[in-house]
Parts: sequence; C-alpha cells; structure tokens
Amino acid sequence: MTDNVLVWLNDPQNWSGTRFTPGIGAQIAAHLLYTAIALLVAGAIAFPLGIVLGHTGRAGWLVSVANGLRSLPTVGLLILLYVMVSPLISGRGDAPYLVPTEIALVLLALPPILANTYAGVRNVPPDARDAARGMGMTGPQVLLRVELPNALPLVFSGLRSATLQVIATATIAAYVGLDGLGRYVYDGLASHQFGQMAGGAVLVAALALLVDLVLALVQRLTVSRGVSGRFSRRAAGGDGRTAAVTELTAGSGEGRERGGNDAEDSSRPVAVLAPSGKHPPG
Amino acid sequence: MIRFDEVTKAYPDGTVAVDELTLTAPSGQITVFVGPSGCGKTTSLRMINRMIEPTSGTITIDDRDVTSVPATELRRGIGYVIQHAGLFPHRTVADNVATVPLLTGTNRRQARTRAIELMERVGLPASFADRYPAQLSGGQQQRVGVARALAADPPVMLMDEPFSAVDPVVRDQLQREFLRLQEELGKTIVFVTHDIDEAIRLGDTVAVLDVGGRLAQLATPADLLATPADPFVAGFVGRDRGYRALAFVSAEVAVVPEPTVTLGEPLARARDVAVDDWVLAVDAGHRPQGWLHLPDGGGLSGDEVQPELLNLGGTLAPAGGTLREALDAALSSPSGRGVVVDDDGRLVGSVSAATVLRHIDTAGAGVSPGGRA
Amino acid sequence: MTSAAGSAPWDLFGYFADHRGQVLELLWSHTWLSVLPVVIGLLVSLPIGWLARRYRWVYPSVVSVTGLLYTIPSLALFVIMPMLLGTQILDPVNVVAALTVYTVALLVRVVADGLAAVPDDVMQSATAMGLTRFQRLRKVELPLAVPVIAAGLRVATVANVSLVAIAGTIGIPELGQLFIIGFQLSVNGPYYPPIVLGIVLCVLLALVLDGLIVLGSRWATPWQRVVAAR
Ligand SMILES: Nc1ncnc2c1ncn2[C@@H]1O[C@H](COP(=O)(O)OP(=O)(O)OP(=O)(O)O)[C@@H](O)[C@H]1O
Ligand SMILES: [Mg+2]
Repeated sequence: MTDNVLVWLNDPQNWSGTRFTPGIGAQIAAHLLYTAIALLVAGAIAFPLGIVLGHTGRAGWLVSVANGLRSLPTVGLLILLYVMVSPLISGRGDAPYLVPTEIALVLLALPPILANTYAGVRNVPPDARDAARGMGMTGPQVLLRVELPNALPLVFSGLRSATLQVIATATIAAYVGLDGLGRYVYDGLASHQFGQMAGGAVLVAALALLVDLVLALVQRLTVSRGVSGRFSRRAAGGDGRTAAVTELTAGSGEGRERGGNDAEDSSRPVAVLAPSGKHPPG
Repeated sequence: MIRFDEVTKAYPDGTVAVDELTLTAPSGQITVFVGPSGCGKTTSLRMINRMIEPTSGTITIDDRDVTSVPATELRRGIGYVIQHAGLFPHRTVADNVATVPLLTGTNRRQARTRAIELMERVGLPASFADRYPAQLSGGQQQRVGVARALAADPPVMLMDEPFSAVDPVVRDQLQREFLRLQEELGKTIVFVTHDIDEAIRLGDTVAVLDVGGRLAQLATPADLLATPADPFVAGFVGRDRGYRALAFVSAEVAVVPEPTVTLGEPLARARDVAVDDWVLAVDAGHRPQGWLHLPDGGGLSGDEVQPELLNLGGTLAPAGGTLREALDAALSSPSGRGVVVDDDGRLVGSVSAATVLRHIDTAGAGVSPGGRA
Repeated sequence: MTSAAGSAPWDLFGYFADHRGQVLELLWSHTWLSVLPVVIGLLVSLPIGWLARRYRWVYPSVVSVTGLLYTIPSLALFVIMPMLLGTQILDPVNVVAALTVYTVALLVRVVADGLAAVPDDVMQSATAMGLTRFQRLRKVELPLAVPVIAAGLRVATVANVSLVAIAGTIGIPELGQLFIIGFQLSVNGPYYPPIVLGIVLCVLLALVLDGLIVLGSRWATPWQRVVAAR
C-alpha cells in the first residue's frame, strides 16, 4: 500500500499536471490561497474585535457565543452553507464552490482568533496596564506598547489553531467541488486509486505541519522573551537566578503555558477565559 | 508642594473613599498616607496624577491645578511606583526604566545610558540591563520600579505600598536605600503604606487616615507617637510607642571608653583588661568583632584571641544616633555594655542601659517631641 | 430517498419520522465511534501522562509529539491509517484509531498537568503517612486530578463527535452520512432536512456525552460538591 503512495508521489506528471488536471504544485497553491483568504477575512474581523472587547472588558458573551460555534460539526456546517449559498451564486468558474466554502472557513476561523485575542488582552497583568497609564501613556499607547506585546502568545495560539482548522476544512471542501489537496483524496476514493488518495492525505499533513512550523517561527521572532520565558544564557549573567526562575515557571501551571516550546503554545487551551479549550483541526 | 483642598471622592456605588481631605505635602519632603485597609489611601494618591478624578475639591501641584494640563502630560511629569512594581514583562529592565524618556522623545541611546545610571543609583548592577522582569527577585523588581519612576527626573513621586510585597529583611534594606536616595534627590514624595512602622520610619510628615476617608491626624512621626490626636490614632499607632519614640531623640548620653583586645593577641592579655569577665575584641582597624567571655578559672582552649571564641550578640549603636539605638545596643549586649561605633564602624566607646535610662529620666525624652535623628 | 416531507430546514422532524430506523442506526454508530476512542485514549494516556509527570525530561518530548499529531488534519489521518494498520479504507477501525491518536495527544498532557496540579504539601503529607508511590497515585494524585482529567475528556469527546462526521465524506456510515445525503439531494435546489437533522443530532449527542462526563466527574469527586455548595 505504501508503495502505491510512493509511486504516486514520485510520478513527475502528478506534480506538473496535465492539460486537463492541475498538478500537485498548483493544488498546494490553491489550498494555500483558500486558507489565506479565510484567515485574512476572519482575522480582519476577529482580531480588532477581540482587542476592543478585551481592552474594554465588555461583551464577553460574544466570545462565549463564538466558542459555542465550535461544537457544530464542521462538515455539517460546510455542506449546509454550500447548499444554501451556492444556488444564489450564478458565477462562472470556481465561484459557486469558493464563496460558500470560504464563508464556512471564515466562520470556523473566527472563534479561535476572537477567543484567544480577547483572552490575551484580558490576561495582560493589570499592574502593568495600570503602571502604563500611570506613566502617562495614552489609550492607544497602552494598547500597542503594553497590551498587545503581552497578548501576543495567546493571539498566536489562536491564529495557529485557526490556521490548522482552515487547512483541514479546506481539504474536506474538495468534497463539494473545491480545488486543493482534498481533490486527490476524494478523486482517489471515487476512482479507487489508493495511492493518489493516501498521497493527497500525506501532502495535506505535510502542508499543515509546515505552515504551523512557519507560524511558530514567526511567533518566536515576534514574542518578547520576557513574555515567552525563553531567556538567553548571556543575559543571565552566570548566576543561578535564571535557572531558578525558568525552573519555577516550568513547574507552575501558568508559567508552563508561556515557558515551553512552540508545539504547546499552539495547542494550549485558553483555559482562563475560553472554556472550550483545545480543539483538534477538523 | 502638593495641596489637597477639600477633596472628596465618592464612587458611583456610593462608597465615600475620601471625605473633604485638606492637606499639604511640602516640597522636597516625604509625606506618608497611612491607615487601615480601605481608608482611601490609594484613592487619594491616584487623584494626584488623575488616575482617579475627584468628585469635588481641587488638587494643586506647586499652585497649579492638576486638571489644567492633559492627564497624560501630567503623568509623564510625576513618578509613579506601585505595589508589585507593575513592570512590563515584555521589556528588558533597561527598557522598562526608559519608558517615560522614550515616550517623551528621548533618543534610544541616551535613554539607555540614563536607565543604566538610574539602575546603579537604586542598587542594581548594570549587567541586569538586558534581563527581563521575570528574571529578577521581588526586591530587585521593586528597585526597577523605583528607577523607572525616577527616569524622567520628576519633581514629584507617588509611591503606593512599594515595599509591601517583599520580605521584612529586603524591605528594611529598600527603606534604608530609599531614605539615602531621597537625601540626594530631595523629591516631593507622597508615600502610601498601611504599615505604621514604615510610615514613622520614612515620613517627614505622616497623615493618618481613618476608614471613610477622614484625615485623623497630620503630624511629624515624633508628634504622632507623643501626642496622638484621638483614640483612633492612638490605637493605630499601637503599643510600644513610648519605646519607639526614643527613635526620634538623639542620644546625648556619655560614652565611656571600652578596653579592648585585638584579634591574635594572647588570651592572657585579655584576662588582664577584662571588665566583669567580658572584653571586647576588635580587628586591626579597631572595628568591634565580638565579646570574649573570661569567667574566673574558665579554661578557654588555645592561647590567642580567635574569632571562633567570640560571642557575636549585641547590636551596634552609631555615635550621634538615637536613644533607641543606644538602649537597644546596651540591652542586647552580652556584657551589658552597648557598643558605640563611628560612621566607619570604628569603636568609639560603650554605654550602659542604666546610663540611657538615667538620661531618659532626666530629659523626659520619651514623652516630649524632639527632632528627627 | 425522497420523502413525503418538504425540503425546508424545519422538516427535519418529518425526515426523521420517515427514516427513523436508518437515522437511529447512524446515531448509534456515531456514538460508539466517538466514545470508543475516548475510552481507549484514556487508558493509554494514564500511564504515559504519569511517566511525563514522574520523569521531567519526558514532558517536553510528549508536548512536542502531541503538538505535531494535533496539526494533522483528521481526514488525512483517516486516510493514512490503513497504510499504518493494513486495514481497508472503509474500515471504521481507521476512524477509531485516528481519533484515539487525537485523544491520546490531548489527554497525555492533561493527565500530566492534572497530576502535577496536586499541591506539594498534600503529596508530602501522603508520603509522610507512609503511602507507597502506587498508593499515593491511586489514593491521592488520581482522585485529585479527576476534575482536570474530566475537563480534558469533555473537550476530547465533544471534538470527536464533530470529527467522526468527517469520516462520512469517505463513506463510513455515521451521522455524517446525513450531510452527504442532503448534499446529494440538493442538486435541484437546497434540501435541508437531513443536513439540519445531522447537525442537530451531532450537537445533541455532544451535549449528552458532555453531560454524562460532568455527572461522572461529580460522582467521583464528592469533596468538590461540598465546596461548590458552600
Ligand atoms: N472603583 C471603585 N468602586 C467602588 N468603590 C471603590 C473603588 N475603588 C475603591 N473603592 C472603595 O473605596 C475605599 C477606599 O479604597 P482605596 O483603594 O483607596 O483603599 P486603600 O486605603 O488604598 O486600602 P488598601 O490599604 O487596602 O490598599 C474602599 O472602601 C474601597 O472598597
Ligand atoms: Mg491601596
């Protein structure tokens, strides 16, 4: 069985495509495009909303509602939206597939981004916020210079789980006719070509891992070490304190959330304010 | 000079946190707000930099109404230190300290140089500049908090229980350094605490607030201990206040010379000079090292005065210090003779408890207000 | 497959009445496909979680591996499973195995964190009273970790209900089939009843399973009820 997969993955024609079928490269590009669109739209809505709600501490119920969305079955939502929306779109080409699926993808990406941004801003140490105001920072300065940098780990964890969710669901969207790597899975199933089917699955898994890795790197570069707890040895100055501190944070629940490596940051449940916690990608 | 003029703060839920408060915090001095929890200390303090707006009344700094400038501008000119320091976790120590200079447009290099200068001023090594707050102990964080408030060199500093989150030993050290720093800087400081001992130790003036935001007494520490205005203040100032008042009377008691042996000298010589079986051992610089006990016929091993033979009990009283320090040195000394040293730690002589008590008796020191030592 | 009932969303009741036997069968298989991985996953996670708690160096690797497993989309995992297990592509075992992987990935950390959350003084007094390591685990650590583990079980179960439905798109019979049926019947305009019925049943199933875990956890931690009642 594994042989079939390797054969399929090794066939150059599958990568370049033919006159009638797009190659793997093109499908990866399509998959990434669908993902990017959904994340951009969802981010443009959820990110500012989460910041404003977190900053003002108002309308926490909206976050709960968004979290409630998470218990809906993703396929059900996808197909429901497709059946509902696609007859309304009399476009050519991809539009009848693309628009409804993008709506579903956006809906799925909203809750993790919103809930985590909200929780991130809410969880900024109140003392730090108070000190910032007391030193004469204006509202926007407090937000940009203190609240956001401290909320960043949670914001990233929301973005990363949203991304995984969207990549996974975009795969399933091939069932209703969208392009992307999911095509190989469903086409392979329909034509009983197991190699193609499993090859597509392997590619999807690899794509998800890779994208998450990239986001993890961006996170590592943008989050202050003071917040992530990743202290350099140089600044430690050779005494035992840093060791003691990192040890200590590794031992306490809150500290672990910030102190560990990337894999955990992405999937760490937002225990404090978003009760639904960690969800696997669809 | 900060003036409260009939300032009242009633929160929307009806709580009156501060009630018609009128007082003046003189320039260049430390004014302490002290009182039980919930009496409105924090509220009063935060009205000065307009973190809280008063319901009525006015607050002026150097005769300028605080509402006459935009709140953010006002705050940049006032140092603010809070409990737990409230450092920014995502910024290094140097960047934390440089916050206000950076806000007001100082360039990065200058701000950093100034930050490191300030860190040293509050007793932090420059090597801490690139650490993050999580890498510091509580006491160190508190020092960063103070340095950060000093960064823009504001004439006015507001401090809300800055030393309450650290253990007593560190607190004592921070208080001592704080006083030393204030001696150099001469800022106008309003300091909030619920610890009467801290208030008495640090304040030039102490404002005792009662629950409901009422000013119960405004006085110097010595006055407060000697003549509490009412039963509430008396109760709040607490027991031992007669004894503690001694801390505000300088000890003009006679210091008598104390015979000594130097470390390394033969025990035989120690026996010769001992008074009442006790002799004080000093080092080559004439700094007291401890007491040597030489009871009659008591066989001490060895034949030289060695550090491990010494009794280390007894506090040292500074020459020109207070009666409280002199009495404490005498009472805690195993020989009954309190050791008095000069600024460099060199022996001046000794005092006995009896001498101090006689002085208190004749001077009536414990009950009459005196100057701060 | 056409039914006497209409095609509006609220006709799901009519659809259910017409296809009662089939729907209940799908509901039943959906239920065990969701629950079985949680049960197996819990049994696997307890020892691994304990190890991660006991030996500090295990923890970081456990966290990394579980994080990696979590990034793999479930459809991919359903399809890759036959490669690893040698099963048929339509075998429900694939779904159970894949969801077990997710459950373990989630619960190992939860178990380790739950065990770690037992206050140190409690552990020390247990040791001081002469409990052996195993007794401490069974009588002190595990019971006190129950609320945390239960919270993890709730997340895993609710997630599984949603994930199982995805297997419907590759032909494994459970509630996901209702979406497929609805999709196929919507060629000439939307036919909502099976889709809406599927969503409603999925949500209800998740609620019921979630409630059962809450009840079970309450029953297992009587001391918490006392606190809550105060
Ligand atoms: N935002 C608020 N709304 C309503 N009441 C408040 C608010 N902030 C403070 N209070 C009340 O005002 C009173 C004074 O509060 P304040 O914080 O000034 O006390 P404090 O003297 O600083 O006490 P502590 O020593 O405990 O810090 C208290 O009774 C408090 O409950
Ligand atoms: Mg206070």
